[in-house]
Parts: sequence; structure tokens; C-alpha cells
Amino acid sequence: MSAPIQLRPDETFILNVGPQHPATHGVLRVKMQMDGEYIVKAETVLGYVHRMHEKMGENRTYAQYLPNLSRLDYLGALGYTHGHVLAIERAAGIEVPERAEYIRAITVELNRVASHLFWFGAFVMDLGGFSPLMYAIQDREHILDMLEAVTGARLTYCYYRFGGLYNDVDDDFIEAAKRFIPRMRKSLKKYDALVTGNIIFRKRLEGIAPVSAEMCRKYGATGPVARGSGINFDVRKNEPYSVYPEFDFDVPVYHECDSMARYKVRMDEMEQSLRIIEQGLEKLPDGPVMAEKKPKNIKLPVGDFYQAVETARGSFGIRIVSDGDKNAYRLKLRSPTYSNMHLFDEACEGMLIMDALAFMGSLDLVIPEMDR
Amino acid sequence: MILETTQQALQAIFAGPVPAADEGVAGGQRGNGVITPDYKTHGYHLDAQVSADQLLAAVNIVDEAGFFIESITGVDWIKENQLEVIYDFSRYDFDACRVVIRTRVPRDNPVVPTISTIYAGANWHERETHDFFGIKFAGHPHLVPLLLPEDADFHPLLKDFKA
Repeated sequence: MSAPIQLRPDETFILNVGPQHPATHGVLRVKMQMDGEYIVKAETVLGYVHRMHEKMGENRTYAQYLPNLSRLDYLGALGYTHGHVLAIERAAGIEVPERAEYIRAITVELNRVASHLFWFGAFVMDLGGFSPLMYAIQDREHILDMLEAVTGARLTYCYYRFGGLYNDVDDDFIEAAKRFIPRMRKSLKKYDALVTGNIIFRKRLEGIAPVSAEMCRKYGATGPVARGSGINFDVRKNEPYSVYPEFDFDVPVYHECDSMARYKVRMDEMEQSLRIIEQGLEKLPDGPVMAEKKPKNIKLPVGDFYQAVETARGSFGIRIVSDGDKNAYRLKLRSPTYSNMHLFDEACEGMLIMDALAFMGSLDLVIPEMDR
Repeated sequence: MILETTQQALQAIFAGPVPAADEGVAGGQRGNGVITPDYKTHGYHLDAQVSADQLLAAVNIVDEAGFFIESITGVDWIKENQLEVIYDFSRYDFDACRVVIRTRVPRDNPVVPTISTIYAGANWHERETHDFFGIKFAGHPHLVPLLLPEDADFHPLLKDFKA
């Protein structure tokens, strides 16, 4: 890439990307100081869909707060609700039946595949390829139908309860999930043949938008963004929770640090999620899906509690400060895209605007999750 | 391993003269120092409460030990007339160690030094904490509302906030 041509400062101009722009996939605005097609400086402006979920966490009881968690990330909501119930169960010392934890892991991984599928379609569309989105949505539809049948919702799930699940899965779900795995594996091969080797696609991504491991650390980037920069970090492995230690799966890591590496990480992750689902269905134990001994009104002991989970976008953390009441005294949500997007301003300096938009796509943004 | 070394390094901050913040501590409330909470119930390994002027030293320790920044947040302890700032750090390697650094400042003059000079990613977290609690981060390059409207003059997470 040749260096940007130097212009006088008065020859630069300000370009507003968003808040209503298809490339931002939501209401996000980036103020860019442009030198022709090169970005001199960028400033991300967020908060357009800020709803103050953390205040709601203080105003509602823990159970009343359950539905809020799926309104953060509408593409991979189960991961977030999982984090919340795990945090409460950890603090209140509630034992969860094994069957419930297995079903949680299976549904979270299905949701992760659905989220990555939608990202894949939207990302390729950002780069000008329209048809992969249609294929991806078709596959995702199978997952949403399965999850709708057990949870009652297509996106904003409220399926997990403190101590277990709202209801058990039926045989139809298990059959549908078993049928889905080979179908999805075939689709992954198709996507690979259709997109990954495409020369235009590769030229738009390879060597573009390098994010170093040190930059990830300073900004707290996690998830596929960190794993595309050679960091072998996945909360499911590094700080195991739920029944993830029972599963045999790999964490895909790429060392190229470019947009292509982030693409490859997510594509490989879908296969790993399928492996977890496969093993989960195989090992799924019988038994209840709800803890027998569970207080009706949950009150947490006084103190600080932290729980991290690996969602489709990275490490989601929930910090609860309790004063012993039925509401949280303070409830903090640490959202992964917030930290992942933060490094955009620094990383996109000197980049061509089209490369920056491809880079933004590779970060897998969900704006309501950033703004909370 | 990293747990012990970080704990020792953080404890060394308190080796000097007793910090002034300790004197005004109300009954039942913990003073400055390092404790190791039970990871199984609390979800983190190290908890260091420091005074505002020891903060940069503490953050430098975790930075040099290779931690990444998880988040920054505040808590309004209205009964004690204090605001607390909580910093979360974690690691990318398999030596699981979550470190919490916290500091308390008076509610009528909440000022802590910025750590965005050490962790660039603290920038947004500090702006957000300023939005919600009105805590001022001295030396922050751009302390304007992030999530709230640009002309917001209220701090919704303060316990005496009325909508």
C-alpha cells in the first residue's frame, strides 16, 4: 500500500459515516477526517441506542431483569442470558442439574452458529457479494425455528432460569439438531468454496487492517478479534464454566492479525460449535432441568460477584455489587464489542475508507450491545 | 504463579507511610489493602483497594505483568458519602487471574487520575463512568459524554438521581 499523499491541513474534510449507514449495521456514527480517500483521524460516536440497562438492573429484582439480557445482543442473546444466570447461581450458591447445563451449552452453541452465520452474510454483503447472505439466512432459519420451538422466541430469548431452564427440550428438538449438524457441515464447505478463495474477497482482506496483540491487550479486545491477532484466549477454555470442560473442541487462532484472520476464526468456530453440539446431544443426561432447592425470591449475600462467559462476540462480563437486597446495588455489564470497537479509531488511521469499512465489518458489531 | 507475584507487587504499594484515605474509614468498611476473595463464589482472585494517588502505581503493576483491561465502573456509596471506581483486569494466558483494583473518593469532589495514558482502552470506560457518576478523571484527553446525549448534565447512576 502506497503512503497517503500529503495535503495541507485545510485540504482535509470531515466525513460522517452514520448514524444511519448500512455499513455500520445499526445506529453508529464515525466522524472521519479525510484526506481524499484516506482516513487521517477517526472518532467513533456511540450512544444512539443507549437504554441504560444498568440502571434497570438496580430497579428490578434479579428475576425481573432476566429479559433485559437478551436485548443487548439480538443476534447471540443466549450467551448473555447464560452469563447472568451463572453469575446469580455462583453468588447464591444454587446447584444446577446436569441436564440443564448440557441443554444450555447446546442452545448457546446453536445461537453462536446462528450469530456467526448472520455476520458472515452481512460481512460478505459489505464487500459487495449479495448471495451468501441468502444462503446464510436460510441455514440460520433452521436454528431459529429450533430455538423458537423450545424457548418461545426467535431472537430475544428468556429461556434460562436461576437453577435451570424454563422447560425441557423435546425429542423434536433433538432430532432437528441432529439433522442440522450434517447439513451445516455441508453448508460450511459450500461457503468456503464460494467465498474464501475468491480473489476480490482476498484482496480486500489479506494484509488489511492489522491489529497487533499488544493493541488488543491495551484495549481489552476479546473473542474472534483477539484470536485473529494470535491470542489464544477463549473464556470457555481459559476460565471454564458450565459443562464446557466435558467437551472436546479446539479454539481457532490465526496469527496474521488482518481482516482475513478474523474472518477465518469465525468460520472455523462454527465447526467447533457443531462439535460441541454433537457431543452435547450424545452425552445429554436424563434428569430434571430445574434445581429442587431454590429460594423463591433470590437475595444475594453482601459483596462483589463477577462472571465472564464467551459469547459470539467475545468475553462478556457481569459484575454484581450486592448489599443483600432483592435488587442489585450495582450491576455492570461488560460488553465485548464495546472494547473491540474502541480500537477502531486508532487502527484505522491512514487506511483507505473502503478498507476501514471492511475492517469494521470484521469486528462483528452489534450496536445495542455496545450502547447497552 | 502470576497470582502470587501480582499480589506481592500490589502489597508493596502499601509498604510506605499509611495512606491518608484509611483514616476516614467508617465502621465496618474495609480499609486499603490487598485481599484474596474466594474465587468460587466471587469470580475474581485479587482485590486491591488503593487510594486515588496510589492508583497509577497499581495499574502500572498489572500493565507490566501483561494483564488486559476488562472494564472500569463506579459504585455510589451514598451512605458513606463516597464514590468508588472499580477497575477490572484479566489475562489472555491460561494462568487464570482476575485482578480488581478499587479506589474510593469523596462524593462532593470525585477526582481520580486517568489511566488512559497506560491503557488506551480506558478512554471510553472512563468517559462512561463520568457520564453515569460524574467522576472526573484528571488528565483525560476528551472527557465528554459518550453514551448520554452530548449536552447531558445529569448522572443517572447516582443513588439520589431523580428522573
